[in-house]
Amino acid sequence: MSVSAQAAVRRGVSPLRVVLAILWRDAVVTWRDIISVLAQVVLQPLVMLFIFVGVLGRLAYVDPSYDDVLLPGVVAMSGFVAALQAVALPLMMEFGYTKEIEDRLLAPVPISLVGLEKVLAAALRALFAAAVTLPAGMLIVQDATFRVDGLPLLVLSVLLGGWAAGAIGLIIGTLLPPSKVGIMFALIIAPMLFTGGTQYPWPSLGKLPWFQVLTALNPMTYASEGVRAALEPQVPHIEPWISMVVLTGSCVVLTAIGMVSFRRRSLT
Amino acid sequence: MPGSQTRKAVKVSKVDDSAVAIDALVKRYPGAPANAVDELFLEVRPGEIFGLLGPNGAGKSTTIGILTTRVIPTGGTATVLGVDVVAHPVAARRLLGVVPQVNNLDRSLNAWQNLVFHAAYHGVPRALRKARATELMESFGLTGRGRDSVNTYSGGMAQRLLIARALMHDPRVLFLDEPTTGLDPQARLFVWDRIRELRAAGVTIVLTTHDMDEAADLSDRVGIIDHGKLLALDTVHALTRGLEGKSMLDITIARLPGPAARELPDVLALPDVPALPDLLELPDVPLGLLELPDVLAGVDGVERVERVESAPAVRGGPGGAPPFGPPRPAAAPAGPATGETRFRLYVSRDPAAVLGPVAQLLARRGCPITDVQIGEPSLEDVFIALTGRSLR
Repeated sequence: MSVSAQAAVRRGVSPLRVVLAILWRDAVVTWRDIISVLAQVVLQPLVMLFIFVGVLGRLAYVDPSYDDVLLPGVVAMSGFVAALQAVALPLMMEFGYTKEIEDRLLAPVPISLVGLEKVLAAALRALFAAAVTLPAGMLIVQDATFRVDGLPLLVLSVLLGGWAAGAIGLIIGTLLPPSKVGIMFALIIAPMLFTGGTQYPWPSLGKLPWFQVLTALNPMTYASEGVRAALEPQVPHIEPWISMVVLTGSCVVLTAIGMVSFRRRSLT
Repeated sequence: MPGSQTRKAVKVSKVDDSAVAIDALVKRYPGAPANAVDELFLEVRPGEIFGLLGPNGAGKSTTIGILTTRVIPTGGTATVLGVDVVAHPVAARRLLGVVPQVNNLDRSLNAWQNLVFHAAYHGVPRALRKARATELMESFGLTGRGRDSVNTYSGGMAQRLLIARALMHDPRVLFLDEPTTGLDPQARLFVWDRIRELRAAGVTIVLTTHDMDEAADLSDRVGIIDHGKLLALDTVHALTRGLEGKSMLDITIARLPGPAARELPDVLALPDVPALPDLLELPDVPLGLLELPDVLAGVDGVERVERVESAPAVRGGPGGAPPFGPPRPAAAPAGPATGETRFRLYVSRDPAAVLGPVAQLLARRGCPITDVQIGEPSLEDVFIALTGRSLR
């Protein structure tokens, strides 16, 4: 190698550049598998939307106005699930079986930043999933109105929700061995999907206080409430600033735990 | 960082000249009954190929793990080119490259991307990483296979790609953990050549292996560790030379003395055999087969003599018989049928120095030598002598 390249490496490289390089790797890998990524992250929410609104709504089991509740919830859920899956499963495999992550662990940055990159990638993937789910969902519920004013809150809710989900994925992916994948879906992901405010507005849970408390513990609830406030403000929702503060707090705490857990998993 | 390095330099002056320096290194895994690495001292010189040998579980991989910043030691220090790998892992990772024991290529990327992304993680500028990847793909015989998924790569190709990847950021110290395990002979020789080229280019190489021939062929120096401790550290030559009484001389003689001669040399059959100078003063009488070993054992420097009925010659090169193993049947056994007899002399001195007196003695007794083989102890013998024969 030429002297200049040597010099470039020896001089040291900014951690940001290294993290961006790893992020670029994740983008390339995501793009390569774009079809399966889409199937993984947007199919389930859209099917849920179709059954509740397209089928049950037509059969008059569900009130027509329910799509105002469910569509924002489904958008938030697709982002949340996309972020969680982008981190948890690959990490379990890479640490447990393939060891592929080792090359990135040898990059000249503090190891916890390699974990942080996973969360960043997850948040971006959440944004991407929501961006695909929203127009597709609008088609399913046949509602073409889009509140442009709500766009900043929408993006922020999805990003923060995705960030929190990515951090949860980081914790799961570094704590569970690959043999526990089934447990992860049954005991962690499935309950989260039904306690995250997707199918109901949180303030309306006043009649079920214990469930209201339970859902308040799930960060996804605040993402759902944020998206709902952005897209359908007439539906009762938690004050957006409260949702954003709670989400931000969750992100900070979960990310810190995830980075520590990632570092412990990477080093022996 | 510079501050701590300066302080270290005062304390242990050799650290700054070493490619790798390990000082009283200890690693105990949580819950383990014993230390995996136990007060290990080691120094690797810049530009050398250093072979780290040891039985399974001896602590080799843990040591490599610590040096490559993936294992946090319980105590002691380890530096790579003067950089403390525990205190400054990021700086250390810039200097070192790792070829792991198992294939950990990024299977989501193709071969070319494995190389360029590795360089990108290390901050190599874009144009340079492309040039470097092209160059390394070529020198590792992978040109034209860059776009292939690494899942389609054979074991040998994957290993070559792993080495190429480790070189993408131009490390000054390269750690290879069992680099040729599972490779066919062609691939092994290819990897050996590349490793020697790297040394010629000034890269320090630390490799672990269970292949003693590989270690002996490649390494400038080897360190043998067991139970986390260093047992020996020297050149292969010095280590094998240190194994006293383990050199061998295989002597084949053409014919045995006739039966008539057997009764004559009573004096030679005495248990207390006189030393060579005395022997030489005796009358030149033929020796009997039974007496010959005792006579040979009397030569200065010979510790023990055994008659090898049908053993092949002492190893003259790779593929030969193990010098200290039990004699194996040979295709054309030496023995009464061919009129040849072979004796193996275990010598405590330089075998070449013993050969003269032995040849003289045999010539005087009418036993023409038809074949002589000198067997030096191998690295494997040193390894077994140090670490024992028990299974791990």
